[in-house]
Amino acid sequence: MELIRRLFTAALVAGVLSGTAASVVQQATTVPLILEAEKYEVVTPPPATAAPTAGAPAASQAEGHQHGPVREVGEGVPVTLDEAMQRIGLTIAANLIAGVAYALLLGAAILLAGRPVDARRGLVWGMGGFVAVSLAPSFGLAPELPGMAGAELELRQLWWLSAAAGAGVGIAALAFARNRLVIAVAVLAAALPHLIGAPHPESAEGAVPPELAARFVTASLGSAALFWAILGSVCGWLMSGMVEPAERHPALRVQPGAR
Amino acid sequence: MFSMTARSMNAASSATRSAAQTAVAAFAAILLGSFLLYGVGFAQPQQIHDAAHDARHSFAFPCH
Repeated sequence: MELIRRLFTAALVAGVLSGTAASVVQQATTVPLILEAEKYEVVTPPPATAAPTAGAPAASQAEGHQHGPVREVGEGVPVTLDEAMQRIGLTIAANLIAGVAYALLLGAAILLAGRPVDARRGLVWGMGGFVAVSLAPSFGLAPELPGMAGAELELRQLWWLSAAAGAGVGIAALAFARNRLVIAVAVLAAALPHLIGAPHPESAEGAVPPELAARFVTASLGSAALFWAILGSVCGWLMSGMVEPAERHPALRVQPGAR
Repeated sequence: MFSMTARSMNAASSATRSAAQTAVAAFAAILLGSFLLYGVGFAQPQQIHDAAHDARHSFAFPCH
């Protein structure tokens, strides 16, 4: 029970700190791009028979310019200050929960590995997390803005999960496993989603300008790297006294002195 | 000789207990972490999606 309490406390602190930092950086980098992209989000496709609207003069006035797709301001776009504050608040809350969730998973991995950690080693763990859940999925599915063309959501979610889980297993095996077969299987698990290929739409024509999308990819990866650096460091720092007793008998079978 | 055996048995039992504790703590953390991550990144009910929308895009979860 004591161990669970300490692990959860460490994850809570690490998640809140990293989630807060990510929130600040996102409001300056990714969120403005999301709001900008929502202006281009196509809500309804252009009607093919837009010309014969002579029956309704008022309507034809409103639909006077029918060039290109019809764009509507998305539901979520904040109009008043209250809405803007609520949206920012919800995003911060989601970031904090994501931080705690990732910190719990990373903390569990650190505990299972049974190697002593401190803030510096935690940073390395955090970078592993960044590669697993940010870099590896982004290799196949670029961080996407609202309004970008994408394949079916469930397929992309499934691919994202398999790419992240595969990369996580691969990194863990490369770091800790000694059995070559285990390492080979884990590396294959990491590579498999990429060999199969991420689901992409048949036509890659989204409504968002490519410059915006490109800036979003770097902004998303950059803020994720900072998030994971803080998350890993704080996890390692707070868990530094926690792993020591199990050091000689790690839960994962690691041969002592085999480095 | 006896004391050595006793000591090693003691160490073994404490290691077993520690391994079990470690496994339980790690399992609990993985369970809660996965649940929270599912809610933030993957759950599709409209309200959850809208609330987590900007965070999902920023963290590069598939969102729409």
